[in-house]
Order: sequence, then structure tokens, then C-alpha cells
Amino acid sequence: MHTFAYARPTLLAEAVALLEAHGPDARLLAGGTDLIIRLRDGSARPGVVIDIKRIAELRPSIREEAGCLVIGAGTVMTDIAADERVRRSYPALAEAAAVVGSVQIRNRATLAGNVCNASPAADTAPALLVHAARVVAVGPAGTRRIPIDGFFVRSGVTTLARGEIVTAIELPPPDRAMGAVHLRRTRRRGHDLASVTLCCGVDATGVTRIAYGSVGPRPVLAVDESGVLADPTAPGAAKEAIFERLFADASPSPRSMRASPDYRLAMLRVLGARALRIAIDRLAQA
Amino acid sequence: MSESAAAFQIELTVNGHRRAIEVAVHHTLLDVLRDDLGLTGAKECCLVGECGACTVILDGRTVDSCLVLAVEADGSEITTVEGLADERGLGPLQQAFLDKGAVQCGFCIPGQLLSAHALLADNPHPSLPEIQEGLAGNLCRCGCYRQITDAVLATAERAER
Repeated sequence: MHTFAYARPTLLAEAVALLEAHGPDARLLAGGTDLIIRLRDGSARPGVVIDIKRIAELRPSIREEAGCLVIGAGTVMTDIAADERVRRSYPALAEAAAVVGSVQIRNRATLAGNVCNASPAADTAPALLVHAARVVAVGPAGTRRIPIDGFFVRSGVTTLARGEIVTAIELPPPDRAMGAVHLRRTRRRGHDLASVTLCCGVDATGVTRIAYGSVGPRPVLAVDESGVLADPTAPGAAKEAIFERLFADASPSPRSMRASPDYRLAMLRVLGARALRIAIDRLAQA
Repeated sequence: MSESAAAFQIELTVNGHRRAIEVAVHHTLLDVLRDDLGLTGAKECCLVGECGACTVILDGRTVDSCLVLAVEADGSEITTVEGLADERGLGPLQQAFLDKGAVQCGFCIPGQLLSAHALLADNPHPSLPEIQEGLAGNLCRCGCYRQITDAVLATAERAER
């Protein structure tokens, strides 16, 4: 691993100033489960690594604020998967957090890091898209709330501006009851990256939200407001036509090792139909 | 305050012993445990967080020590496999691993033991699927998974309910 300057600020303002001063030559270090790999293989060669774990404002926390559930930037997957409020109100997010990497990875990896890394295969991204999460970012110009669908650009690239640090992920209160589930396909059971990762949410007004990843440069959100998908009595052909529209933005890379494009597109449809059934059942039980 | 230098003074409590040590900022916790502190139980293997051979317990939770910079662990308590045995001999998990024939080449075993130790601390009577999930981040190329899960189950059965 090449060397770098290591900064360990304790104040958010200090981290913002460092990030603004160094721009792309600085990298933020939270759980490190992506960054340390890249520092070692040389695909990231920052001059400055800013460890954010001693910043008071970013300490691990899951708190309720104005009806929202706010997940602080330092919060790791293990704690999100175990949190009663997440499991009750945003079960798809708890399910997604519970399958990221292994126990060792989940003990270290943060939700904010997963989002900022902007991997197309990020397991938490589909659940955050279905639940209309917002990314809270603090930068030189103040605080911004970025809807998660406007945050991802492509692998490793987000709409964060220079000097901006994600301080929390905010989950808005569901306006109405929603049944939601996260499903994925991996090559092996246990610790693996997803070949397809998908979340489906159905709400009481019949709106279905499906989000999917690992099938294109960024995770995609698609919404069916017609009520057809949520209606168990709707004809199969009508549902298939809607699924085709919702999955139109999937464009899996032929160069990925994990699965062929044909396999991913086929599994996207299998997982979509399966997740829809589970989401409808969960809504009925809610 | 913010600090930045090529070397950094840190304090670790490793297996109950306080250690003050100067580390290079680009050295991992694994590097420091093995090369500076002479604790070679944690193994360097995949270096990408997939195999778990470098697993240690950091403030009560397992981590892949190849993915943690030593400076990040400043102020932490660390348990390595060397901390599972004491002057009286092996810990109960270690003995169960031997009894069940879970150790062939042994390379992955320190990591397996620490994952199992942390699992049982959290969940003293895990089911088989819970053990499999709890140890999914530790690969065994000898393929002793059956014996390893048997050893964890046997240890859990012997623990008081």
C-alpha cells in the first residue's frame, strides 16, 4: 500500500475544510471495506485519507427526527439489520443490510459508505430507492437533502459536490402502509456480491415501486401507478407488460464476471415477480 | 484535532495487555499484529475481505483485520486467537475444534475460532443456519465446514442454558 497523510478530525467542519482543500486528492474513510482494498490495489491513490469515525456528528446512531428515521453516517450494517424500528417500518432495508458481505464486513461497513461508493450492485440501494430515502450532505455551502434517486450517477460517482460529506441517510415516514421486500441472486449462498439485487414495495393505494441493481451502471427505480401489479386479480399478460416497462432500463454489462446479461435479465423478472407476491402478502398482513 | 503524519502513535489493548506502539499510517491492523506485535495467529490471505483468515475481534465485534488500518484501531480492545487460550490450556471452542476433527491444515482456524467465539458471545445457542451464516465470512479450503459447525454446536450444547 502506498503511503498517504492520515487525518482524523473530530469536528465535521474540519473534515469539510480538509475535503474542500484537497478535492479529489482526499478520500473519506468510514468502514474501509471498499477503500482499503482500493488503496492496496492502487486503484485509489489519495494524498490524504480522512477518517470520519471520530467526528461527533457522524457517530453511529439511528434516531427519530420529525417522523423520519435518521441513520447517522457512522452506522454499520450490523446495527441497521438489528434495529427494531428499521425492521418494523423499513423491513426491506433491514433485509438488504443483513446480506451485505459477511459478519466481519457488516460489522465495519456503513450505509453511508455503501451509498457513496455508488456500486451498481450495492444491496442497500434498491431498498433506499423504494423507500424514497434522502441523503443528507453537509458542505461548504451548508446542508443539502438529496433524494436518493438523484444521488447515484454511475459506479463510484455521485452528485455530491466538492467538499460535501454525507452525514446521514433519512428515511421519510411512509405516507401510507407499504409492504416491501429485498431479494437478490448470488453465485453462492453466504458471502457474495449480487448478480441481481432487487426491492419491491406495494402501498395501500396500489402503487408498486421496484428498484433493482447490478444490471447496469447505476441502481434503477421504476414505479407502476396503474394499480395493475398490486392487484392479485389482474391478468398475467397485463402484469408482464408492466414488468417489461419497469425493467426497460436494465442494461447489464457483458464484461462482468458474475453473470451473463441474459441470466441477469431473466433473473430480474423472476425476482421481480417473486418480490411482488411477497410485498402484496406483507401489505395484507400489515 | 486533526493529525497527519506518516507515523502515528497508537494504544491498543491486545488480549488484555495494553500496548503503546508507533505505526505507519498505511499499515493495517493485520500488519501490526503480525509484524510489530508478533501475534501470527491472524493470517494474511485474500486481502479483500472475502476469506476471513485475518479475523480478529475489535471492541467486541469481528473484523477482517486486513481491511482496518492500525491507526483506526487506536484506543480499541482486540482479541486474537492467542487470547482464546490461557495458562490452563485451550479454550472450550478450541478443544471442540480438535475433538471434532475440524482442523486439517489449520490456516483458517484462528479466523473460524474468533467468528465462532463472537457468535456464541452474542447468541449462546445458535441454530445450524445461524452458525452457517455467522461463519460465512470464513472460508476453509480443506472443506471442514461440517466439522467446524459440529464443533460450534457441541460448544453451544455444553454451555449453560
